[in-house]
Amino acid sequence: MARVILGSECWPLTAGASEVNISAADVRALIAALDARFPGLGEFVDRRMAFAIDGVIHQDAWFSPISADSEVVLIPKIGGG
Amino acid sequence: MSDTLERPALNVVGTRPVRPDGADKVTGRAAYAADHSMPGQLVGRILRSPHAHARILSIDTAKARALPGVKAVVTAADFPDLASEILEGGEQASNTRDLSLNVMARDKVLYDGHAVAAVAAISPEIADEALSRIKVTYQTLPHILDVTTAMAPDAPVLHDHLFTEGLAERPATPSNVARRHHSARGDLQAALAAADVTVEGRYVTQAVHQGYIEPHACVANWGADGQCDVWSSSQGHFMVRAYCAKILGIEASAVRATPAEIGGGFGGKTTVYLEPVALALSRVAGRPVKMVMTRDEVFRATGPTSGAVMSVRLGATRDGVITAADVELTFQAGAFPGSPVGAACMTALACYDIPNFQVVGWDVVTNTPKVAAYRAPGAPIVAFAVESALDDLAHKLEIDPISLRERNAVKDGTKASYGPTYQNIGYSETLAAIRDSEHYKAPLGKNQGRGVAVGFWFNIGGESTAAVHVNEDGTVVVVTGSPDIGGSRASMAMMAAETLGVPVSRVHPIVADTASIGYSMLTGGSRTTFATGMAVVQAAEQVIESLKTRAAKLWDVAADKVAWKEGVATCLDPTKPDAKPFTLAALAAQSGRTGGPISAQVALNAQGAGPGFGVHVCDVEVDPETGQVTVLRYTAAQDVGRAIHPAYVEGQIQGGVAQGIGWALNEAYVFDREGRMENPGFLDYRMPVASDLPMIDTIMVEVPNPRHPFGAKGVGEVPIVPPLAAVANAVRAATGVRIAELPLSPPAVLAALEAGGR
Repeated sequence: MARVILGSECWPLTAGASEVNISAADVRALIAALDARFPGLGEFVDRRMAFAIDGVIHQDAWFSPISADSEVVLIPKIGGG
Repeated sequence: MSDTLERPALNVVGTRPVRPDGADKVTGRAAYAADHSMPGQLVGRILRSPHAHARILSIDTAKARALPGVKAVVTAADFPDLASEILEGGEQASNTRDLSLNVMARDKVLYDGHAVAAVAAISPEIADEALSRIKVTYQTLPHILDVTTAMAPDAPVLHDHLFTEGLAERPATPSNVARRHHSARGDLQAALAAADVTVEGRYVTQAVHQGYIEPHACVANWGADGQCDVWSSSQGHFMVRAYCAKILGIEASAVRATPAEIGGGFGGKTTVYLEPVALALSRVAGRPVKMVMTRDEVFRATGPTSGAVMSVRLGATRDGVITAADVELTFQAGAFPGSPVGAACMTALACYDIPNFQVVGWDVVTNTPKVAAYRAPGAPIVAFAVESALDDLAHKLEIDPISLRERNAVKDGTKASYGPTYQNIGYSETLAAIRDSEHYKAPLGKNQGRGVAVGFWFNIGGESTAAVHVNEDGTVVVVTGSPDIGGSRASMAMMAAETLGVPVSRVHPIVADTASIGYSMLTGGSRTTFATGMAVVQAAEQVIESLKTRAAKLWDVAADKVAWKEGVATCLDPTKPDAKPFTLAALAAQSGRTGGPISAQVALNAQGAGPGFGVHVCDVEVDPETGQVTVLRYTAAQDVGRAIHPAYVEGQIQGGVAQGIGWALNEAYVFDREGRMENPGFLDYRMPVASDLPMIDTIMVEVPNPRHPFGAKGVGEVPIVPPLAAVANAVRAATGVRIAELPLSPPAVLAALEAGGR
């Protein structure tokens, strides 16, 4: 299962949980799994968060693959100037 | 330089051809938004609030409407009263209600310069006269300009619906604090208590404007069939389309947005101000409307970046290992929530591997223009604080400032303070480039000092579309939807030329309107060379496949028996020894008979942008009699991944440094007691000009990003991150006095020297 680290922005919806292990083949499946475990979290992370999968940031990318031994870090989406 | 990618030698990428838009720009022929005209067009003007905070009791436009030559008058009543909703499409997600209210105030004005009404007339004189005939009745309200006052318990509240997000519990009452950001690792308090040495400081920066030369401008036409056209200067015409459609309550397909040449944006043109107003006026008038801001309007009504109050406390061992960092940032958002404090929190410690830290950020509204993005939004501000504290730590420990940073530097495999694990970063190489530079070892004279600072920016990818068309004579057109704000047309042409194997002079790049190319995110986040470049390369590769297929058919061989190299198809089938190679031009000439036009379009959502790091060293001389700071020498090193066009990469670095020096030394908004800006012009808002600066020397460090075809990383934002602190640290070295508030203007420096007994 992938090790999923939740940024502090997520904690109000996770009762403070900052890390979970989840089996998901891609980002879309991960969002669904997070929502199943913490209702409301799926929509929040889909709208507000990017996914750093093994150090590479994926933003608005549902079909980016996740491996069973991946580390996925949820961070706020990034813009720029 | 180091290179982790294995690839054939490159012929075009890495060279310095003349930019395709250069001749038009230097000869005055480039068409900016204000140069566009339509038959029958009217002149649009905006009436702006003279108050920093007031309730609008009534707006009487009757006398303006009655003035001969006035064809339209609009107020907020002519726009939909939108509900609060998050809209994707700009620099980052925006609240549509706030966006609309910033374009045209409805019940309250929230800053001096806030738009309250607009007119369209047949001449500028009549339009100005019409503005003077609009009677707005205000009830003035107490205003707040700074974050400290805004956070006080008895502060007047700008928005009755604003309740602080990010707290453990929703507060019972509204306030001016929109959001709290928080991140932490380890045991901060224990680490601080155990530290051999600590340093701490309170740092203040002012709001500064992006300072683009070209004011906002547009021409808009609401056609009789409801189809709208907008020509404007922006960093993203798909953003213009999306925001105009939302603010006006129409479908995106009803708006065709065409990008004009842009005279600077730096993040400030990632939103709309004029375009929806011009469309609303055109809808009423039935004629095109042209609007061009004055410089006064640019300063009073368009986004600066935040002013901030920050505190930093660092703990370290005696030999310079940083063990603890406590950072608190309070950022000014302006009239509506949304300062870059979130990004500032994420970048605050991104250059350092620190086991115990806490970063807290506060987003605070004030009666000042809503902030807009400015190169690496938030990062230069927090870098000023953190890098100043690092400098104090280096002095306290008597350690060379580069050595201190090397001792604590993040590397590949380090878990960044903001979460991910770094890969393919070139920070150590960039530190080494400055450490080993001739500049860093050069002697200094009396009243002179040297400062060092580092900076980080994420860089992003995102959605881009690109098309590559081969013309019948073998020339090539590259079409993208990414406005060129930093030489990207040249880079697009070069990457297409490199891929196709043709001279770059045979490739013509253009930026197409929203009806002529697929969706592309705006140009921002240092994303275009990375993401749009990836789309260009993939489209060029599809063109090559088409060319190879046609050559195979002409030779009557299998497609895999065709090689494409340096713009020529060669037959690999040994049974066809007489098959003569086809050039791209030869295949293009036969395109009609071999399957039709040769063309490909690729739309993608690029992922895996590589972060960038910069290390700067600055020498200054401080005049002890006047407090004047003169920058004597400046060198900026940066990990650029792979420089597609090295001259434009250098230009980006030099431009970022120049803006950062202005931020450090002179720039600030000055308000009177009523909250009105007193210096809305370049005579009084002092930005550096060429004669103020030395040549900015650059060192490009190339540690390629393996997720880009040529290894490119974004380069446009990193260079503005370190200069604020590099200059301040140089002043500290020259004077022995730490000045923790920007700008370091002569009176401020003189006062600090006198207070310090110098």
